[in-house]
Amino acid sequence: MPSEQSEKPKIVFWQGNEVVAQAAVAAGCRFFGGYPITPSSEVASVMSEMMPQVGGTFMQMEDEIAAMGAIIGASLAGVKSCTATSGPGFSLKMEHIGYACMAEVPCVVVNVMRGGPSTGLPTALGQSDVMQARWGTHGDHATIALAPAYHREIYLSTIKCFNYAEKYRLPVMLLIDEVLGHMSEGMTIPDPSEYEIVDRVKATVPPEEYLPYDTAYGDVPPMASYFEGYRFHVTGLNHGANGFPTTNPEYCNSEEIRMVRKVMKDADKLAEFEEYHLNDAEIVIFAYGSTARSAKMAVDKARKEGIRAGLFRALTIWPFPEKQVYELSQRAKAFVVPEVNLGQMILEVERVAKREMPIVGVNKAGGVPISPFEILDKIKEVNKNG
Amino acid sequence: MAKAPVDYLYYMRAEKLPHMWCPGCGVGVLVKAIIAAIDDMGWDKNDIAFVSGIGCTSRAPGYMDMNTLHTTHGRALTFATGIKMAQPTKHVIVISGDGDATAIGGNHFIHACRRNIDITLIVNNNNIYGMTGGQFSPTTPYGARAATTPYGNIDPAFDLVELAKGAGATYVARGSVDNGRMLQKFVRGGLNHHGFSVIEALTNCHTQFGRRNKMADPIKMIEWISSRVVSNTKAKKMTPEELKGKILTGVMHTDTERPEYCDEYAHLVEWVQSKKAK
Ligand SMILES: Cc1ncc(C[n+]2csc(CCOP(=O)(O)OP(=O)(O)O)c2C)c(N)n1
Repeated sequence: MPSEQSEKPKIVFWQGNEVVAQAAVAAGCRFFGGYPITPSSEVASVMSEMMPQVGGTFMQMEDEIAAMGAIIGASLAGVKSCTATSGPGFSLKMEHIGYACMAEVPCVVVNVMRGGPSTGLPTALGQSDVMQARWGTHGDHATIALAPAYHREIYLSTIKCFNYAEKYRLPVMLLIDEVLGHMSEGMTIPDPSEYEIVDRVKATVPPEEYLPYDTAYGDVPPMASYFEGYRFHVTGLNHGANGFPTTNPEYCNSEEIRMVRKVMKDADKLAEFEEYHLNDAEIVIFAYGSTARSAKMAVDKARKEGIRAGLFRALTIWPFPEKQVYELSQRAKAFVVPEVNLGQMILEVERVAKREMPIVGVNKAGGVPISPFEILDKIKEVNKNG
Repeated sequence: MAKAPVDYLYYMRAEKLPHMWCPGCGVGVLVKAIIAAIDDMGWDKNDIAFVSGIGCTSRAPGYMDMNTLHTTHGRALTFATGIKMAQPTKHVIVISGDGDATAIGGNHFIHACRRNIDITLIVNNNNIYGMTGGQFSPTTPYGARAATTPYGNIDPAFDLVELAKGAGATYVARGSVDNGRMLQKFVRGGLNHHGFSVIEALTNCHTQFGRRNKMADPIKMIEWISSRVVSNTKAKKMTPEELKGKILTGVMHTDTERPEYCDEYAHLVEWVQSKKAK
């Protein structure tokens, strides 16, 4: 019989941005470097309060480039780190996101998306950076990006982002948006038994044998931290296993391939998604982030009208869930892709579907959410056109 | 008792030599001075992070047997700040070119000064963008020729010492390549200092700057630097006319009063945690 003192799960009523900060701390983040920007600023505020409490470091840097540099430095010194930003700040971080890809430094970049381009709609909703998250930094690289839709999921996704960063040694993106970031929603704080915490595989060989990019251990080399006696070199130049620059064409090519492969070979494992009424669905809505909430309601309404609609809600947007979307394309009649942008992820759906079929967007880039009715209208239209 | 001669190779990755710099490049004198200063400090090389941006100068960490980080153009101080805050008991040294430190990295430079974080920044000021082929930098003298000033430079130059002082650095010194001992002394002063220290080294890039300004030979360019500098002690005895156009060298500024940033943060953490405990 449960005792009266048994702990009831605590319900908190947090903004999405606070959820991110709380979860980052739970994930073991002990260094936050930021620069204020709406609609992400609350992440930094909560971090500034929490970091000293847990003995971590909060730094408000002089700009987003500096914040990104600082979190890479902290990670090299052995501390889990993250930054949070929005549109213009995300653009500024790009050179250093590429650096972290090339030097294989674990860290997490949170982007609370707003409308754009440029200063755009600072206080309003956008899902306008999903392609920038993938291709914003120059050069070839793999990307892991999660786009959760519910507050509890934001919590668990934030922890996953840290885990993936540690596991694969790369900067991992958490993409939420203005609506999720600023909306408060009741949730129970996930118990640590509900998630795992992953730490980078550390170097164990004697320092004289250590090669920072030793592929003998597989596609993700073990990582030493600074000041542990390893005295290794890190550069953003293409480098050999020893970390020093090389321009050997075969080696550089094989390393570029490895750094993409280390993620892509696990694409299937990384793909997380929610399937809603997909079993018999003829019209599949592909949605992510806050827009997926509207999409779900649109599916319910369509079903009530006898239309066989279903939702594929991608949590992992990068790597794109190719296998799953391909399979759906083979049995569905049409895709509807609502996004608060002029059509970004729809390009991936089109690429992967590999079949002549209606793939239509519901798009808005004016800073307001897409309503369930707008999606429903599109579902009906597609249904009517057969 | 006299100190043992410096074993330079002990601090270097000898297998990475020969280096990539041009014969006679001023950065060699500077790197020697830095190693000698580190040796003076008696620091364990496992405890040193040596960080740089991008440029010829910024290739220096690759040759040093320490925890080394070659970052992005202009941003070395941002990475260094992260390292230092993550491991405040360790030593963090940054080396930059003049373009790296004061053009693309100018913002990070002044903010590191402002915070007074215990990092030593050494700027190899060769008055030019060496690596990219000799374009003018924020320290190229007025009228000088560069790859992008074919008619002479009209951009006013920064005075790095004044910039560092004004922004809040608490140890600022300037030396020149014709006096390696002096550079060693200033770098040691910076390493010894608890706070943000800036050491500007006036050096020769005869390849990119000298060649375009009638000093293609390193000795010629070093002589030109010598003719421009005056130590701040000697300057005290000189008239304003005699000092015209001269660049002062020496320890230009020290301040031991301003709190150091890592200390400030540690106090904050202590205070927050003691409050929470209550
Ligand atoms: C973002 C970015 N912009 C430009 C460059 C090209 N670049 C490489 S080194 C350099 C200038 C180097 O000059 P300086 O910093 O004075 O160092 P030096 O080579 O003279 O030592 C430039 C502009 C770059 N690598 N990255």
